[in-house]
Amino acid sequence: MVDVSSNKLKMCKITNTSLSFRLNIKSAPHPPPPPPPPPTAAASTTNIASKRHELLLFEALREGLEEEMDRDPRVCVMGEDVGHYGGSYKVTKGFATKFGDLRVLDTPIAENSFTGMAIGAAMTGLRPIVEGMNMGFLLLAFNQISNNCGMLHYTSGGQFKIPIVIRGPGGVGRQLGAEHSQRLESYFQSIPGIQMVACSTPYNAKGLMKAAIRSDNPVILFEHVLLYNLKERIPDEEYVLNLEEAEMVRPGEHVTILTYSRMRYHVMQAAKTLVNKGYDPEVIDIRSLKPFDLHTIGNSVKKTHRVVIVEECMRTGGIGASLTASINENFHDYLDAPIVCLSSQDVPTPYAGTLEEWTVVQPAQIVAAVEQLCR
Amino acid sequence: MALWFSRSRNIIAHLVKTKISPINQSLFHAKYISYKLPYELVWELRKEYSSTATGMVFRRFESARAGEVEEAVTYSTSDYDDDDDEINDAENKTIDFPGGSVAFTQQMKFISESPDKRVPCYRVLDDDGYPIAGSTYEQVDKEMAVKMYKSMVTLQIMDNIFYEAQRQGRISFYLTSMGEEAINIATAAALSFDDIILPQYREPGILLWRGFTLQEFANQCFGTKDDYGKGRQMPIHYGSKQHNFFTISSPIATQLPQAAGVAYSLKMDNKEACVVAFTGDGGTSEGDFHAGMNFAAVMEAPVLFICRNNGWAISTPISEQFRSDGVVVKGQAYGIRSIRVDGNDTLAVYSAIRAAREMVVREQKPILVEALTYRVGHHSTSDDSTKYRPLDEIEHWKTARSPLARFRKWVQRNGWWNDEGETELRGTIRKQLLNAIQVAEKSEKPSLVDLFTDVYDNLPLNLHEQEKSLRETIKRHQKDFPSDVPV
Repeated sequence: MVDVSSNKLKMCKITNTSLSFRLNIKSAPHPPPPPPPPPTAAASTTNIASKRHELLLFEALREGLEEEMDRDPRVCVMGEDVGHYGGSYKVTKGFATKFGDLRVLDTPIAENSFTGMAIGAAMTGLRPIVEGMNMGFLLLAFNQISNNCGMLHYTSGGQFKIPIVIRGPGGVGRQLGAEHSQRLESYFQSIPGIQMVACSTPYNAKGLMKAAIRSDNPVILFEHVLLYNLKERIPDEEYVLNLEEAEMVRPGEHVTILTYSRMRYHVMQAAKTLVNKGYDPEVIDIRSLKPFDLHTIGNSVKKTHRVVIVEECMRTGGIGASLTASINENFHDYLDAPIVCLSSQDVPTPYAGTLEEWTVVQPAQIVAAVEQLCR
Repeated sequence: MALWFSRSRNIIAHLVKTKISPINQSLFHAKYISYKLPYELVWELRKEYSSTATGMVFRRFESARAGEVEEAVTYSTSDYDDDDDEINDAENKTIDFPGGSVAFTQQMKFISESPDKRVPCYRVLDDDGYPIAGSTYEQVDKEMAVKMYKSMVTLQIMDNIFYEAQRQGRISFYLTSMGEEAINIATAAALSFDDIILPQYREPGILLWRGFTLQEFANQCFGTKDDYGKGRQMPIHYGSKQHNFFTISSPIATQLPQAAGVAYSLKMDNKEACVVAFTGDGGTSEGDFHAGMNFAAVMEAPVLFICRNNGWAISTPISEQFRSDGVVVKGQAYGIRSIRVDGNDTLAVYSAIRAAREMVVREQKPILVEALTYRVGHHSTSDDSTKYRPLDEIEHWKTARSPLARFRKWVQRNGWWNDEGETELRGTIRKQLLNAIQVAEKSEKPSLVDLFTDVYDNLPLNLHEQEKSLRETIKRHQKDFPSDVPV
């Protein structure tokens, strides 16, 4: 976490764009997003100089994990089926053979146990990564995460640190049932002492994974079940992203759309429609769920004066609810209209495909909301 | 470390049978406590089942053992000293399932829910401090015995004085270890300094043994700026990295799965040390107890689980906590070797922990020790145990069954201690404690900045803002802010 105590920071007016929120780590140049209208514009403005390779999101996670495990022998993975099976989503495929059974540890089915185990190992100097087969299962580990993981650095007076990473797929999938469609970021966001990030592309998945492992704070990395097979070309050279930074997906002028994880793609789809209708939305993938990157978000709000939040959490007590409160508190003067928050209904996710689809915010709803807001 | 040969059947059997698989040991153990286990239920692990899940598990962690690689265990009928005929019969009637081969039986028999006899308790000294005829134990020299006794006295006096301080309103909370001094000190003496302790909350004696000063105890209880926890935890939640004593966390049994993790870390480092995780009888009901034990067994983690069965979990007696024969029998359910020891017998605890620790480190496997004792004090200063248990019962355990009195008799009989020494010691400790309390009371509290530090490695924006906001509030209401907290 960046130490901001030395920066002369005024509460609501973040004007200094050169304010360094960045960690002192190497980041490879990320290609600037292509300019608005039609994607038929042949020349891509991407940085062709850096060599790239194509892979899927879960492979990007694996690459990041592997690089960190090569770099630091204290890094280890524990979870159900992560060893010889390679992980339920194949993120740790091949690791058991490469790193051995001890560094890639298969555990019995007891989430509270292996999370507790990871905490104990972290307090003794290791850097474990806990894989939950599904984020929802980590509800069983809530006691360890809240009472111990988040607290022990504080209650021990700084003597013991807990540099663990807890990761796993969450969110609504394709008919996985209510218990396997949990959005745990809502429940965990209040725990003091932890950081939460959500990845959405192979590029940021790898970067955030590496950053999370290198961080000395406990980090929860939220992946999404439906995004594991996304394909992208990512740089060959090593890069680490900033855990507390949001990603500007598409700059614009009319409205700020804040989103994360899978909803980014629904928003981008809606953005295409909006652009055709003549709007110019600015899309930000907030990435950092705790703490929010109020710097990027603030600058955007000051530019557009209108905010739409698109999230997958339930309406009550979700990330959107907190973000709404945060923006209202900090940037109230810059808003021309109340913040619109599009989220899932307060219902357990139904199994029937059609019903499930309508608990998740659809591009059509996003378009309608923006049109309403910008009238 | 000198191995001794005890005529106690329990220990010699374990020593002799250490080379045999845990499954075979269960056979022995089962026979010893006279379970009505028919011979047909004997298990055999054969090498040809190495392709099953179990076989793979035993092979997988070979490379991870600290120290010497254990010889591959061969399982053959010749290992069974006692049951050759029965096993030969069984050999012909076995079936294959995941998990190994089992002999089958045409008779339908249920394993009894309780044994004929309870698991006996290892004990060395009788109630009057005389070594019981025929008992053998780890020898303790004068220096060690006197040090142990003095520490037990210190612990007792510390408990008394801090308890009184709470009653006088000088500290907000306290929790005594009265009646469990032998467990505290004898365990600490039997372990090495490198062994990492994951306490529940009734084990401050271990810190005391390792050199935590009375002033440091007072600092934590009073939450002064010298508290290593920076005043963030309630009293008795000690923690000291340099003493290898993990900070106490209030929720019960959460340290048990963490113990497996710490042991895992030691294994990776190939350290000649083990992890010692404590819990009470109540803690064994928590899911984390099951989790921690199972994990330690499966991971072959060098964890020494010590359960202080003191009969009470606040107001819940053990008859309402579990229906098994105490905690020691639960070890076998997880494939963990276990022993029951008289927790009020200093020498017995010392010997048992020494032996257990050596086994844990040498074999890199968990062991469970159940120390039977009695919680003489109330659960804490928020409890009045006379409400749920008779006064005379408490008095009986406080006086007639006191672990200090018992050990003192043995030590004095050896000519290593006397009454003058006792009076002098008690006077000195008392004075030191009162002084420590005075110093702590006069000390400054941790400063305001420590409200916000250590939540993360560095202060994030939101905490920075919250601190600013709080400071502004304090400036506006200066006189309402406590004077002993530096801003």
